[in-house]
Amino acid sequence: MMAPSYNAKEEDGHQPGATGHGGAGTMTNKKPDNTAFKQQRLPAWQPILTAGTVLPAFFVIGLIFIPIGVGLFVTSNNIKEFEIDYTGVDMSSPCYNCSQSYSWNNTQSCTCSVHFSLDQPFESNVFMYYGLSNFYQNHRRYVKSRDDSQLNGDKTSLQSPSKECEPYRSSDKPIAPCGAIANSLFNDTLELYYIDPNGSRTAIPLVKKGIAWWTDKHVKFRNPSGNNNLTVVFQGTSKPVNWRKPVFELDPLDSDNNGFINEDFIVWMRTAALPTFRKLYCIIQKKPNNMTPTLPRGEYILEVTYNYPVRSFDGRKRMILSTISWMGGKNPFLGIAYITVGSVCFCLGLVLLSIHYRYGKRNNSAEISS
Amino acid sequence: SLNYVVFPPTEKERHLRANDRELNLSYKYADNAIKTSKYNIFTFLPLNLFEQFQRLANAYFLFLLCLQSIPEVSSLPWYTTVVPLVLVLSMTMAKDSSDDMNRHRCDKQVNNRKVEILIGGELQSEKWMDVQVGDIIKLENNQFVTVRMEVIKVSAEGDKVKGETNLKVKQALTVTGKLEDSIEKLANFNGEVRCEPPNNRLDKFTGTLTLNGETYSLDNERILLRGCTLRNTQWCFGLVVFGGPDTKLMQNCGRTTFKRTSIDRLMNVLVLNIFGFLMIMCLILAIGNGIWEYQEGSKFAAFLPKGVNAPFSAFLTFWSYVIILNTVVPISLYISVEIIRLGNSFYINWDRKMYYPKSDTPAEARTTTLNEELGQIKYIFSDKTGTLTQNIMTFNKCSINGKSYGELLDFSGQRVEINEKTEKVDFSWNNLADPKFCFHDNSLVEEVREGNPEVQAFFRLLALCHTVMPEEKKEGELYYQAQSPDEGALVTAARNFGFVFRSRTPERITVVEMGELVTYELLAVLDFNNVRKRMSVIVRSPEGKLTLYCKGADTIIFERLNPSCSNLTEVTTEHLNEFAGEGLRTLALAYKDIDPEYMEDWKLRHHEANTAMDEREEKLDALYEEIEKGLQLLGSTAVEDKLQDGVPQTIEQLSKADIKIWVLTGDKQETAENIGYSCNMLRDEMNEVFIVSANTAEEVRKELQTARRKMTPDGTEEPTVKKSRSGLFCLLKTETVADEPVNGEYAMVINGHSLAFALEKDMEMELLRTACMCQTVICCRVTPLQKAQVVELVKKYKQAVTLAVGDGANDVSMIKAAHIGVGISGQEGMQAVLSSDYSFAQFRYLQRLLLVHGRWSYLRMCKFLRYFFYKNFTFTFVHFWYGFFCGFSAQTVYDEWFITLYNLVYTALPVLSLSLLDQDVNDWWSFQYPQLYTPGQLNQYFSKRAFVYTVLHSGYSSLVLFFIPWAAMYDTVRDDGKEIVDYQSFALLAQTCLLIAVSIQLGLDTHYWTAVNQFFLWGSLSVYFAVIFTMYSNGMFLTLISSFPFIGTARNSLNQPNVWLTMLLTSILCVLPVVAYRFLRILLWPTINDKVRGRGSTHLSLVRQDKVLPPAPRRVQARRTSTRRSGYAFSHAQGYGDLVTSGKFLRRTPKSRPALFSQTDSPLAQTQPQSYRTISEWEEPPLSP
Repeated sequence: MMAPSYNAKEEDGHQPGATGHGGAGTMTNKKPDNTAFKQQRLPAWQPILTAGTVLPAFFVIGLIFIPIGVGLFVTSNNIKEFEIDYTGVDMSSPCYNCSQSYSWNNTQSCTCSVHFSLDQPFESNVFMYYGLSNFYQNHRRYVKSRDDSQLNGDKTSLQSPSKECEPYRSSDKPIAPCGAIANSLFNDTLELYYIDPNGSRTAIPLVKKGIAWWTDKHVKFRNPSGNNNLTVVFQGTSKPVNWRKPVFELDPLDSDNNGFINEDFIVWMRTAALPTFRKLYCIIQKKPNNMTPTLPRGEYILEVTYNYPVRSFDGRKRMILSTISWMGGKNPFLGIAYITVGSVCFCLGLVLLSIHYRYGKRNNSAEISS
Repeated sequence: SLNYVVFPPTEKERHLRANDRELNLSYKYADNAIKTSKYNIFTFLPLNLFEQFQRLANAYFLFLLCLQSIPEVSSLPWYTTVVPLVLVLSMTMAKDSSDDMNRHRCDKQVNNRKVEILIGGELQSEKWMDVQVGDIIKLENNQFVTVRMEVIKVSAEGDKVKGETNLKVKQALTVTGKLEDSIEKLANFNGEVRCEPPNNRLDKFTGTLTLNGETYSLDNERILLRGCTLRNTQWCFGLVVFGGPDTKLMQNCGRTTFKRTSIDRLMNVLVLNIFGFLMIMCLILAIGNGIWEYQEGSKFAAFLPKGVNAPFSAFLTFWSYVIILNTVVPISLYISVEIIRLGNSFYINWDRKMYYPKSDTPAEARTTTLNEELGQIKYIFSDKTGTLTQNIMTFNKCSINGKSYGELLDFSGQRVEINEKTEKVDFSWNNLADPKFCFHDNSLVEEVREGNPEVQAFFRLLALCHTVMPEEKKEGELYYQAQSPDEGALVTAARNFGFVFRSRTPERITVVEMGELVTYELLAVLDFNNVRKRMSVIVRSPEGKLTLYCKGADTIIFERLNPSCSNLTEVTTEHLNEFAGEGLRTLALAYKDIDPEYMEDWKLRHHEANTAMDEREEKLDALYEEIEKGLQLLGSTAVEDKLQDGVPQTIEQLSKADIKIWVLTGDKQETAENIGYSCNMLRDEMNEVFIVSANTAEEVRKELQTARRKMTPDGTEEPTVKKSRSGLFCLLKTETVADEPVNGEYAMVINGHSLAFALEKDMEMELLRTACMCQTVICCRVTPLQKAQVVELVKKYKQAVTLAVGDGANDVSMIKAAHIGVGISGQEGMQAVLSSDYSFAQFRYLQRLLLVHGRWSYLRMCKFLRYFFYKNFTFTFVHFWYGFFCGFSAQTVYDEWFITLYNLVYTALPVLSLSLLDQDVNDWWSFQYPQLYTPGQLNQYFSKRAFVYTVLHSGYSSLVLFFIPWAAMYDTVRDDGKEIVDYQSFALLAQTCLLIAVSIQLGLDTHYWTAVNQFFLWGSLSVYFAVIFTMYSNGMFLTLISSFPFIGTARNSLNQPNVWLTMLLTSILCVLPVVAYRFLRILLWPTINDKVRGRGSTHLSLVRQDKVLPPAPRRVQARRTSTRRSGYAFSHAQGYGDLVTSGKFLRRTPKSRPALFSQTDSPLAQTQPQSYRTISEWEEPPLSP
């Protein structure tokens, strides 16, 4: 069976003096170097998919994945999340009127109150998001339409924004902030009230700071320098067409939260990857005394200043209240996926094991036919 | 590729006059300066760029670049295309410039060689480039010729020694020959030459020389071609007829076809299909965009800048997606393929196991673009002489007076294997002995020295009966110039055994017999020819005894023996069978004492016949027949046509690898058959060896058909031809003749004459079918052209990869015709090597070249291509899926920098290390199981099917890589409640998942994990993380705000546990099915590779690679007794009898005599007895690689 192989030992050059006979050959020796690399003899590890390695791997993966999955699933389930759609599509919806009458150029603000109740108390910090659906913030023309230099406080860009911003580059004066993203800034105002069992309304304090990435707030976005008075800084620019207020008046309450470093603005400018997304609106901080939950069970009212039109493209607006965990917001997918993959792995391991028992022996003894 | 000036077709006839530069210059013939280089400093950049953009791939990327400059279309920034393109262009440029520099150097060297030109009545040393048409130049021995010239005068009259292959006798016209070497006469020579215009026919020349009003015709005999070397003459004067680009060599050079591998062709087809596929993808997405714009985009217009109407938007999107999805055909594919091939070529050059110490020759990959094809060879066409054999004849055994010599027996009477260590017979008692001669049987020497009369007569015969010419430069240093190597071997044997052939004149032969000088009178030489198959001499000894000595083919000699020898004949026949069974070439020797009176009479009649005007040959033959009768048998000789080391083993290995070996040789049928047996290609246990040697087309057809019907009695009459189309755009029509099943082993021997008929259009199919059913095919007496035709035939109808191996100029045509040409750098000059793709010194290295290097190269290339397509398709498909979630707006999933660097940086080195270092099993196992070679022949590792599998696999992977992150990230947030599903974080997640997944896939594909692989794989991943952290850092952003908008993404994303969990999940999901599938495949349908790998892993730890198995016996000598034997101490040419008796060769002055044999490397002084040649052509290296 073994093929008689011509074992050319002399060619390997192990014979002493084999090359010395060529007269001048010793000097001009063309014999290749005997290095492991050149002779392709580099030491190597040659893994093979054997039953001894593959099957345990399957079981181990299965055994690791299932607990992770369970952990993730439980964590995700423990997260409390409440979501309410306030677009006002239905006639019955309190915001129906606002949604009907509304367009960008409307100067009259429209407010509506949405009642809802929480079945469970929300402990710890509660995060309030606004969610948009069917909103293509990831559209190429949309994503491109911004000027990062301008947003970083570059004065030249402030006066002559990038061409990418067209057609939201200038009206009569250069627009700051320019571009479609800024132009379409979400401008609904949401307020939350708790209705005591006795019927009185308590406004829940909403913290609008610390909702943007630190890097965005401190590095990526900067107001043009030179003057603390933003009005002066932004002189010679005009507000985006759809905006009611110029950029330096975005937050009337907090003067540090104005201009390009307005956190709502920063959050909006971090465009979403998918057409359905949620963005952090504010944080409801847990009570200092820790005795009562941040949001106790009961009735609430969401007061919406309805500015943002989404009906035209069949969009939806939502308000989401959510707690968080070490793995972020509520998303049961990862947990389920881990459990599934883990079990599939385990089952596959079992199947392969049985196949191995049935057929493996046969092949192990099989001769290599010459 | 050479670009030289094509001579204007207006030249109908060339006219020139010797020694008249003015007149000759007026014709404006090309001068002798050679220019093979393509560029100079100024033209390099534009010309090279122009050439590069003629390549489809580069042009395509230029087109992409143009697309990207349109802002409406541009979906990627300019650098994603420019960086790779510039890289590729500059790498190619570097390679081209170094190539061209070499050509410049080569040109310079050739142009500046010195030559002596006759100018103004004296010889002046000038550069070759200054040689003009019409000049008379002087060449000396061993000088290269770099013009084409007419021979005026050769110093020694052209001796008629004709070598086996490429030796040409060139003789001057008598009229010019009279000029001698007198400069004066030559300077006054004013002959005019009219001849054909430049062309590339090597074997034809027509022209006339007009001298003093008389016209002489000039033919090929009088022409020295560029590229040949002068041999065996002191000098030669010539008239330059063509210079530089007009010469036949240069006219032929441009013809070299560019060889492409089948993978190359497949790749081109695939790339074309991929383009189609790309267009379909883009079309789908564009239509999607149209619909989206119509349904959503128009309403979304308030948010979107520059809303356009749906059809136009779809149109723009189409082109945008062409840009984004271009990564399915990445530009780096081509450059990587070239690098891999180059690397694998270097391995061949570096291989110590293909280095031949005796001639200090390493193997050389002369072409760096064909490596993987070495792993797919299905047919090998081999030359015989110098390729399978060493072209060395050695006197091996003999049988004298019924006793066999040459065998070594031990005490128990068993044969002893003879090898290099066996003690040799000591010939030191004979001071004229050839030190290179080896013999192992001491008894023969003893018998000779004891004076055994039969043994002495035996060697006397060998010393007398031949046409060898001796040369004695120094006292006692004898060199023999023999017409055939066999004859040289026999005379050398006699010399060593004390019967030294010393010198000859037309009338006398001087021999030193056991130290005593004896002169025999040579009365007649009864020369050898093909019909007679014997030669005799009639000599008169000093004592006055007349003897006829005869040697020849045994069958012929036995017919002419005296009946008293019948007992001896029987024993000798037995010995002959034994010798033949060992593959030795045998001859029978006989003698006869002649009655002086009869001799007188015979001599008279001989003279009459010799001078007869008509039927001279027949009359002579009858006379010879008459006297060569009643011979006394002396014995027989056995000469070994030494095979190269390891040839039978190599052939066995290769045939186990299912490679068919055809021997195409110029030798006679017997020789070829004999070699076939001795290297195990023909075996006695074969069912039948068909011999096709018919004289008419019909007979040949009949013989072929008979053979075929015998092999497949129930086979179909009509061949099964599968017609298909291949090539780009399926323009190539191919016909493939299916292999037919055969019961048993057959072989076919066909001679050149029959082959000529069989290669005709109407019979080639018959030949092909019959030949392909045979285990072994031997074609003998074939011309170089036929060799090429046979190769072409197989190429045409088998669609299989062919390899031709040879060492001589007559193999060049087949080396060029085959997919891969291998040159054996041996004794036959350099021409085969120079036209070959690979060269090495020994035939046996072929098995290493194919079974190890070829297999690895093929495996690596296929792995590379599969993996490369996998990683790029996966990369691209994710974009496709994302299209459905971004309004088909041609938004990329990944960061633009990632797109730029993915192929160039992040995945380049790991895949290169995979495709340069991977081995499924090591070389030792490759030799143990030659069957491992077969997947390559069947195109199993990379075919259209494998490609489709790859596409499906990447489809799956891309689904996982897009939708798992999508689902995992859907509506989720960071652990501090902030954004995570923003575009930038998602891009980071998707690209990291992708990179990890393709890296793991690479790991799965790697069978041979060296430190380099590990380093590159981990290194690339680390580089990736380093790069993203750098690029997404504050510093980078603040320096170049618009280029690095991803600031902070890495920091903010990669500290999230769910991001890492998502990566883990995608990786596992990508790998899991692959592992399960591969495991199952190995378990249930293991291939030979899997089995060997499994075996290798369990045994390798025990058996160290370098000390496995004792060396196999050097030669497995099949002991068989066979009735098949051949006697041919003579090559097929007519002997030199005439020359010997005419004395023409002796009629030269003593001064010029050494010239004929002036070479110090006299054949017998070396171990290469038969490079007797006057002029061997094409010794000059061709001027372009």
